[in-house]
Amino acid sequence: MLSLKLENISYTYQPGTPFEKTALQNISLTLEPGMFFGLAGCSGSGKTTLIQHLNGLLRPTSGRMTVNGSMLDTKGLKRLRRQVGVVFQNPEHQLFEETVYRDISFGLSGSGLTPVAVDSRVMAALAAVGLDEEILQRSPFELSGGEKRRVAIAGVLVMNPAVLVLDELAAGLDPGGRREILDFVDRLRSERGIAVVLATHDMEDLARYADRVLVLQNGTIALNGATREIFRNVEALESAGLEPPEITRFMMKLKKVMPEIKEGILTVDEAVLELKRLHREGCWLGSYDTKLADGTVRARQFDAA
Amino acid sequence: MIQNLLMGRYVPGNSMLHRSDPRTKILLMTVFMALVFLVQKYLSFLLILLFVLLISSRAGKPLRNSLKGIRPILFIALFTMLVNIFAVKGTPLVEYGILSHVSREGITLAVQIVLRLFLLLTGASLLTATTSPVSLTDGLEALMKPLRRFRVSGHEIAMMMSIALRFIPVLLEEAHIIFKAQISRCAEIASGNPLQKIRNCLPILVPLFASAFRRADDLATAMEARCYRGGKGRSRMRRLALSGADYVCVALMLMLSSAVLYIEYVSM
Repeated sequence: MLSLKLENISYTYQPGTPFEKTALQNISLTLEPGMFFGLAGCSGSGKTTLIQHLNGLLRPTSGRMTVNGSMLDTKGLKRLRRQVGVVFQNPEHQLFEETVYRDISFGLSGSGLTPVAVDSRVMAALAAVGLDEEILQRSPFELSGGEKRRVAIAGVLVMNPAVLVLDELAAGLDPGGRREILDFVDRLRSERGIAVVLATHDMEDLARYADRVLVLQNGTIALNGATREIFRNVEALESAGLEPPEITRFMMKLKKVMPEIKEGILTVDEAVLELKRLHREGCWLGSYDTKLADGTVRARQFDAA
Repeated sequence: MIQNLLMGRYVPGNSMLHRSDPRTKILLMTVFMALVFLVQKYLSFLLILLFVLLISSRAGKPLRNSLKGIRPILFIALFTMLVNIFAVKGTPLVEYGILSHVSREGITLAVQIVLRLFLLLTGASLLTATTSPVSLTDGLEALMKPLRRFRVSGHEIAMMMSIALRFIPVLLEEAHIIFKAQISRCAEIASGNPLQKIRNCLPILVPLFASAFRRADDLATAMEARCYRGGKGRSRMRRLALSGADYVCVALMLMLSSAVLYIEYVSM
């Protein structure tokens, strides 16, 4: 198990040149085993830069990073990369081997595992991303975009990372496939206690899976806290270029008419439960007056059915 | 790694060199190169060196940064220098073991080659640092116009060049991203014997080539979608025109060339 701690880290690209650019400023975060950590922010907010610190691809310009309580050194760096699996944006562009099997198992070469163990790891990773065994002997370059992406993700999962970082997993995957992979990752988290970091601007995914969310804005922390708290703070979210999930916004609007609705509904399932509860308790839209666009107030004639 | 590749990078600015016409700069660059290869005497080397330093100091601080990018090339220069010192035959300086291979001629040649390399690179980066890739290719296209008579399409060559130049940073960036992705998968990029090292580059090279082809395909489609049909009848947004800066540049280069030619052929 692995716990990572970043304390007040800042990162500047190309310091001392005319192209200098500060990408991160005073970021602190802690990753504990079993955590599902959401990283939100619009494009250019520094998500990818922050992610690259998590496996030591970038070293902070200032600030401290500790792994299991000790500072990171060169020897620890290699071990860190084995333990932190990163699925980058558009990972399908990193495929290179002749067959899918060899590409997925690439990360295991030099790990000292027996061929049988490698085999079973590859099979497990393949199942996780929902691909068929017959794909293993094909060339990754003849696959469809979605299949390529799944192969690339399997190539990271195969290393059994203690921390799994997913950068913009959603782009280019169909909703069903995305849900499948995220469900699998979430199961890994609850069963094996791995930590998951999901960087995305898809708020629905964060609402569904993340326990904590950190919102980045221009390289600084705009919001940091439990997911439900974060999505309650609509103004701050909006100033960071984001908005709460559609269902949350819907329930907030509905709450203006029905004050009994509780705050912080994050998923459709929660919304259904809440509406059922209200129905059981006898409040329903029909019993409320609604202010219409022309300013007149009229009692709605809705049936409970 | 890639951040250090500043050599040849365009640095926006407003110096005299920035303002002068790309055609002028390309032609003067050719003269400058000829000059560098022509000179034999140290005095003229010194003169050219002073000239380059003067020009680059006028071109502002960003330029000096770009000149720093030459440093990696100095390694190559050092290597050629060593080869020359030992390989050129002539009167040995001392008769002692391996040192008897070192000749007066060898040393002279070595020093001159290093000086030439340095001057060429500095001159070339002065050109590329003060001329944006777009105006550079515009200039080349204009200069290649006379070649039409020989059925050489200057436009196509210039377009190919500008596309190539345009995609260098893109591919560099992409190589960087792929490098990071493979490192994250525990790839051993820089270890092992030379043969292994080449094999270890495959995880970067294969995806890079794949993406270069993909980009080429996309670009061709995009260009055709915008009705690109070659240079014929194509109007341009920027027209090249000579200005005061050009005359100053030409005058300076004329002064330098005549001084150098005087030193080389007339004096002594």
